[in-house]
Amino acid sequence: MEDKQIIAKRIALELQDGDLVNLGIGIPTLVPDYLEEGKQILFQSENGVIGMGPLTDEETWLVNAGGNKATILPGGSYIDSLLSFSLIRGGHIDVTVLGALEVDSEGSLASWIVPGKKVPGMGGAMDLVVGAKKVIIAMIHTNKGKPKILKKCVLPLTASHQANLIVTEMAVMKVEADGLHLVEVHPEYTVEDVIKATEAELILDNVVPMKGM
Amino acid sequence: MKGTITKQKFQELLKDGMTIMVGGFLANGSPERLIDLVVESEVRNLIVICNDGGFEDRGVGKLIVNRQVRKLIASHIGTNPTVGTLMQDGEMEVELVPQGSLAEKIRAGGAGLGGVLTPTGIETIVEKGKKIIKVQGVKYLLEEPLYADLALIGGAIVDKYGNLRYHQTMRNFNPIMAMASDVVVVEPFRREAVIDPEYVVTPHPLVDYVLEDE
Repeated sequence: MEDKQIIAKRIALELQDGDLVNLGIGIPTLVPDYLEEGKQILFQSENGVIGMGPLTDEETWLVNAGGNKATILPGGSYIDSLLSFSLIRGGHIDVTVLGALEVDSEGSLASWIVPGKKVPGMGGAMDLVVGAKKVIIAMIHTNKGKPKILKKCVLPLTASHQANLIVTEMAVMKVEADGLHLVEVHPEYTVEDVIKATEAELILDNVVPMKGM
Repeated sequence: MKGTITKQKFQELLKDGMTIMVGGFLANGSPERLIDLVVESEVRNLIVICNDGGFEDRGVGKLIVNRQVRKLIASHIGTNPTVGTLMQDGEMEVELVPQGSLAEKIRAGGAGLGGVLTPTGIETIVEKGKKIIKVQGVKYLLEEPLYADLALIGGAIVDKYGNLRYHQTMRNFNPIMAMASDVVVVEPFRREAVIDPEYVVTPHPLVDYVLEDE
């Protein structure tokens, strides 16, 4: 399994029956492929859909937040951007899964700007991480060997103290008040491998093999 | 509604330096014919408010590529490389606003409010230059209202009165922008005789003009 698939498969286990979930672009969009059969998850897309279904090649004016043509499931609804972000900020979204350039031991994250290099903009990410009940960061553990899980983010923040769980191809880490807890390690790696690839200090209490692998 | 509008009459509404809101999300629900008419008019120094920078050949991206925009207020510009280039060369100002805050700023403009208090952007560079107000022990940013001279609305199903509902995800910012501009012009996606009052999203008194079919 490729790294991205590992991350998506592990995150799928975090989604609970009945959750209203918003997925960011990139790795998070792979999560639905790994949902247990029978688990009913409702996907919200910030451009204005509740009950987003799979992508399609058919002629349609329904797109997801990445602009790709998609479908809507029975019982779904179209909403405007105001209602969409009222749901997001108002705590009506159970889980949001999104990528990040950096995340730190306080749960602060950076994902929208590399000053002087790349400025895509924050889109809906700032509202999502502030408003969703649970924020899961889906990302490759390092940037070609350079740590992305830091003591303190260097890039401009998307939000401060908002990430709850970090899932990479190497490990699962939980953000708690006392710091970053290493809770699961992928069988292909050792705890030492993870520590070496992580700048932030990791609290080890009860590390188990990554679930679902 | 004042009535239908021809291409020429629409272009007569356009002026250098005006502020224009354009509906759409990555050009989904953007009024492409109206945008093309703005491109053709060659008006300059526009302030454009849109969710994003569109694409170089779709949505508000066309106005940007044609160098008609002095300032873009948007939440995302990653899909239109020209935006980044013009911004870095100092040829166009870009104000990035979190998407939910952008929607609320426009709503505030259209709803007669002095702004909204949002937790989004606290302890980030979005705070810069904005008032922070504590309410019930929680810090919020004051996001001030946005209002425009002209709103260009797309994705709309239009009835003979000028009532609107919207097709699929083309709704996005369109109904919000239809509240927040002096003049509102709609490009119909489709027409129907009368929209059931239960399903009208944008009532016709908010609509000034509907663009004539080609």
